[in-house]
Amino acid sequence: MAKSASVQLLGSWASPFSNRVQLALKLKSVEYELVEEAFYVSKSDRLVKANPVYQKIPVLIHDEKPVCESLVIVEYIDEAWTGKGPSILPSDPYERAIARFWAGYIDEKLETASGDEEKFAVVGKVLEGFALLEEAFAKCSKGKAFFGGDEVGYLDIALGCFLGWVKVAEIIGGGKLLDESKFPGLAGWAERFLSHDVAKDILPDALKILEFFGKVQAARAAATTAAE
Amino acid sequence: MSSSIKKMAEKVTLLSFWPSMFCVFALEEKGLSYEYREDLPNKTPLLTEMNSIHKKIPILIHNGKPICESLIIVEYIDDVWSDRAQLLPSDPYEKAQARFWADFVDKKVYGAGGKITWHRYKHEAAEGKKELIENLKVLEGVLGDKSYFGGETFGYLDIALLGFYMWFPAYETFGSFSIEAECPKLIAWGRRCSQRESVSKCLAEPNKMVDVVVRFRRMFGLK
Repeated sequence: MAKSASVQLLGSWASPFSNRVQLALKLKSVEYELVEEAFYVSKSDRLVKANPVYQKIPVLIHDEKPVCESLVIVEYIDEAWTGKGPSILPSDPYERAIARFWAGYIDEKLETASGDEEKFAVVGKVLEGFALLEEAFAKCSKGKAFFGGDEVGYLDIALGCFLGWVKVAEIIGGGKLLDESKFPGLAGWAERFLSHDVAKDILPDALKILEFFGKVQAARAAATTAAE
Repeated sequence: MSSSIKKMAEKVTLLSFWPSMFCVFALEEKGLSYEYREDLPNKTPLLTEMNSIHKKIPILIHNGKPICESLIIVEYIDDVWSDRAQLLPSDPYEKAQARFWADFVDKKVYGAGGKITWHRYKHEAAEGKKELIENLKVLEGVLGDKSYFGGETFGYLDIALLGFYMWFPAYETFGSFSIEAECPKLIAWGRRCSQRESVSKCLAEPNKMVDVVVRFRRMFGLK
């Protein structure tokens, strides 16, 4: 009955991948219902049914049809609501390919970095990534404010969702990662993105993430103790 | 009309290594003329080098501009030459499904297959075989009774899996199993695709893939 129920997002305010989808929906001014999944505790039946292959958030359910994988969802949103609001992907095929390449790179880098136990190795990978992305920013933005140019786009969303987490890593690790002296382009972009209307109400700040992180650790410890 | 003539006059070069066929299938399906250049791995062969080669080639060079990553290249080809042989579905939901499953193939088939062909220890090959069969069965489910993953038309997802279909003889040899016995519908699909002109002119003989793996295993010091 309610129009907003035709678009549901199984996700969480605390998940950067979920945030990607929220950012895209906001850009397109699509009304939706956010169904908070306590993904760090257990997988709900609802989630397993919607995403049997990976059983992960985010999952966008549009008119009862599920779409999984954050970047696939963002492209879907751009295509399903063409003409509503700004385009998320660039219109030029070459620029689209470049945006997709870097978004894929970000996810791949994250995957390899999260596999590392050693903090030193993780930091190394993050800095390596930033160095390449600094170059990518110069090429994609062409002197404008965002990867997408004058407006926020696909690559801004793909990378921007992690900015709060970068700050958390800096707080925990005690070192500056997104150093404006090393990565001036990226650092400037980060400030602009975080204060953009689209991101302001969606991306959680570092302290909120830290609090959440503590909660997850506690919940996991409790689950382990209960299992023993 | 004039814009497609212009596109035909534009230079398209594919830098690749013949076992990576994804982009060739797409270019052939679109009936494009292109220059194909083999970029053989001539560096010291370490296993990580092989992986970095997979990441670095293929490269499509269109009007001097390079595009990397097979599936991104395939989408680019579909975007630019949108006037013929559509590879991705038009419907946004169907498109999302195609992309989701192509990503699944990339993540799950590539990884499992690699465990089989590049195993150091027998148990790694066994693990890879188990994973591969599981994942191929999921894909069989996705195919269902359709002729192609794209439905009646050959498309993006068919291309995404076809690139790995070529490696099946190698997986079977080094995993000691028959994929047809486990996933007959998938093999039937593979054979159906192989009959397409665009595919048959590029598909290597099964033994060639096995030979490649044998050669590389020797280079990497794997028995």
